[in-house]
Amino acid sequence: MTGNLKENSLHVGVLVILAALFFVVSDYHDGNLARIMVLAVYAVGYNLLFGYSGLLSLGHALFFAAGMYGLGLSMNLLGFAALPALLVGIVFSAGVSAIVGFLALRTSGVAFMIVTLMFAQAGFLTALHFGEYTRGDEGFVIQQASRMIAGIDLSAHANRYFAAFGFFALSYVAVAILVRSPFGRCLVAIRENEERARMLGYDVWMHKYLAVIASGTISGLSGAAYALLFGYAGATFASVQYSILPLLWVLLGGAGTTIGPLIGTAFAFYLIDLASEITTAHLLVVGLTIVLLTLFAPQGISGELRRRGLKWLP
Amino acid sequence: MDFGPHLFLATLEGAITAAVISLTAAGLSIVFGIMRVVNVAHGEFFMLGAVGAWWVTTAVGGHPAFGFAAALIAAPLFVGAIAALADRLVLFRLGYDPERTIVATIGILYVIQQVTLMTFGPDARPVEPPFNKRIPIPWLGIGENGLELTWPWGLATTTYKLAVIVAAAVILFGVWQFLSRTRFGLLMRATQLDREMATAFGIPVRKIYARVFGFGAAIAALGAVLIVPVQQAHYLMGTDPLLLSFIVVIIGGLGSLPGTIVAAVLIGMSDGIISVFFSPTLAKILATLLVAFVLVFRPQGLFGKAQA
Amino acid sequence: MNLLETRCLSRSFGGLKAVDNVDFAVPEGQVRALIGPNGAGKSTFVAAVCGRIRAESGSVHFDGKDISRLPAHRRIEMGMAYTFQITSVFANLTAHENVALGVRRIARLGRRDIDQKVMEVLDRVGLAERSDQSAGDLSYGHQRLLEIAMGLGQMPKLFIMDEPTQGLAEGEIEEFKHLIRQLAGDTTILLIEHNMNVVMETAEQITVLNSGCVLAEGTPEEVRANSDVQAAYLGTG
Ligand SMILES: Nc1ncnc2c1ncn2[C@@H]1O[C@H](COP(=O)(O)OP(=O)(O)O)[C@@H](O)[C@H]1O
Ligand SMILES: [Mg+2]
Repeated sequence: MTGNLKENSLHVGVLVILAALFFVVSDYHDGNLARIMVLAVYAVGYNLLFGYSGLLSLGHALFFAAGMYGLGLSMNLLGFAALPALLVGIVFSAGVSAIVGFLALRTSGVAFMIVTLMFAQAGFLTALHFGEYTRGDEGFVIQQASRMIAGIDLSAHANRYFAAFGFFALSYVAVAILVRSPFGRCLVAIRENEERARMLGYDVWMHKYLAVIASGTISGLSGAAYALLFGYAGATFASVQYSILPLLWVLLGGAGTTIGPLIGTAFAFYLIDLASEITTAHLLVVGLTIVLLTLFAPQGISGELRRRGLKWLP
Repeated sequence: MDFGPHLFLATLEGAITAAVISLTAAGLSIVFGIMRVVNVAHGEFFMLGAVGAWWVTTAVGGHPAFGFAAALIAAPLFVGAIAALADRLVLFRLGYDPERTIVATIGILYVIQQVTLMTFGPDARPVEPPFNKRIPIPWLGIGENGLELTWPWGLATTTYKLAVIVAAAVILFGVWQFLSRTRFGLLMRATQLDREMATAFGIPVRKIYARVFGFGAAIAALGAVLIVPVQQAHYLMGTDPLLLSFIVVIIGGLGSLPGTIVAAVLIGMSDGIISVFFSPTLAKILATLLVAFVLVFRPQGLFGKAQA
Repeated sequence: MNLLETRCLSRSFGGLKAVDNVDFAVPEGQVRALIGPNGAGKSTFVAAVCGRIRAESGSVHFDGKDISRLPAHRRIEMGMAYTFQITSVFANLTAHENVALGVRRIARLGRRDIDQKVMEVLDRVGLAERSDQSAGDLSYGHQRLLEIAMGLGQMPKLFIMDEPTQGLAEGEIEEFKHLIRQLAGDTTILLIEHNMNVVMETAEQITVLNSGCVLAEGTPEEVRANSDVQAAYLGTG
């Protein structure tokens, strides 16, 4: 179908542009873009749950941090190599999301938001409590020498950029395929009208549960990738703020669209970057953007594009 | 210090936490009970109360009691007005949709916090208590000569701290009377029962909601004014009261004032005691997990009755 | 053989017994109408049959199996379809996707076959040209037809419809009757209906529910002649 062709060209186009940007923009922006792509993985994961399944979590920092600490601690304390540590991070975040999802999905709506918030807060405090290992807010550094996979030094400028690109491309394509699959269509149906989806014979609970796990695991991948590529893990990444940020990114870029998370993350990153040049109170930008978005553009940037003519936008 | 006096001191500190938290939580609970929205920016209204108290006491010279008295009135009014404005500008326009309201109040949280950072600055600033006499506390213990009265070193409180507890109790009683006796309280409860019906009967729901939101914030601010002479004003001080109020309101049963107060005493005391003997972080971990599990398995709260 | 059977099925709301010890059976292939005054418990009864709400006691047997303990989605999977009394379509999805969701769940087909099936079903209810419109943009009558199409797409053994003709125009009702006659024989149909004209023309058997209990059962002629029914229902209606 032509719709699918358009979608596919968009996806390929986005990835080609991201890869090409490395050769076009300055080193400073390369560094930013690498960070943006890794964080966009987080937004992609969040979007799967919030945008496509309609479940608003306020506790995704827990999954992000699970990936981050899973990788960081297994490297620094257990002496794992980068690749197995990456796996530990992913598996750990999958496990945490399986447990949290199992409990939190007994609730819905506002209660779901608060339960996820509380679990994440408990996780954050746990990271502080075991400060001996996690070094709390201060965090710890992962030595450059150990950040290697298959002999490639992931801390080197170009390698890091393309590793970040690889993580982003992986999650972006995976979610784009997933939401087009029957499973993803069912998630959208649940988001739109849960009762009707149930009466079409879908196991709503199981779909939501798998969505939480998939979303949590992708978020964990992002956390692990962040620690691996930037060599740092700290409790700040487990704090409430890091649960709010992916919500902001997705709202800004457009919930329930495949490119929304990337657009939102990039936009917010540069917005905050710009604001911090002017004031220390740069989070003011975050607050104002959230308020204005909920008031005037709940569909976000790509949602607005979709509404104004690009109806096919996936 | 021995275990006994130590425990007593922890209990006393816990009682102060409980007093302040029950005020803050009462504000959150009233807003939720009547408007059915969760205000994530509630902790920032608390913070604004403390910061407002600092501004007022600094501006008013003379004996600290003058400044403090002025702050007791001015700070809650100022905070209430800001909250009412936020309600008119944001919440009302969202139609009080539960989820969008949470997201919007997260935004408001950052705005208030960061604007305070820009104006008030990053430092913690003290407010002088209106009165502050040290009261040593005697202890009855078994000594060399059998039962005897001792004055353990460090076992003391201040008149001001005791006054905070009394004041909180008086204010809560006042709030309760206000809600159950006055015309405004009646109107508030009418809109709580049925928003559309209330509108149909010509009750100005829109105005009442703005006032309820302002009222809830003002009570939190009042709690902050009371505690600021003990704690100092800081732009990040809203986070802990927010979490504690959440915990208290959820455990007490959303929207139930008596449940909220019982839970505040319970949580405040155990927070104080666990913090002293174990670690404050551990106390908070347990409390947050408790909230999560209460919501999952007993959404009506530990003390609430199951609803049909 | 009975495709559907309930024994002593009960459900109450507060003190009100909405469904009170109902024994009920529909043989395979029959078109059965379920009628009764407003509040008789018809919707509650079928909701308990398909698992949308839980029954307090009694059992439901479908296709030879006791399904009383199965959750709704498992019952649907076994070959039930249910259309809502209050229109309940996915307003933000296209008509095509609304039906496809039902087809996909039941039929393990390739994308092309699914598309074909969806278009065939939409054509059957006369919505083929509107397949790309958002369901929410359709007129009320078309949304009702879409509900029916969603059920058809599920290719059910038992098709439960809760007041499907409510809000349909005259011509659409005629087409609906035609559709039922086409389905009759292949699909067992349980039809809650207020339009007596539709009931009399399509149903082979009628069950009358009143205050949660079965008041009468029989062919359209028998039910029409039954004086209890006339008193309880037709008289007031
Ligand atoms: N969810 C519910 N809560 C409370 N009462 C209900 C509920 N659903 C139905 N009822 C009551 O049960 C009775 C039967 O309702 P229903 O099955 O919808 O009747 P019908 O479909 O025959 O008009 C009515 O009195 C109705 O008010
Ligand atoms: Mg009905």
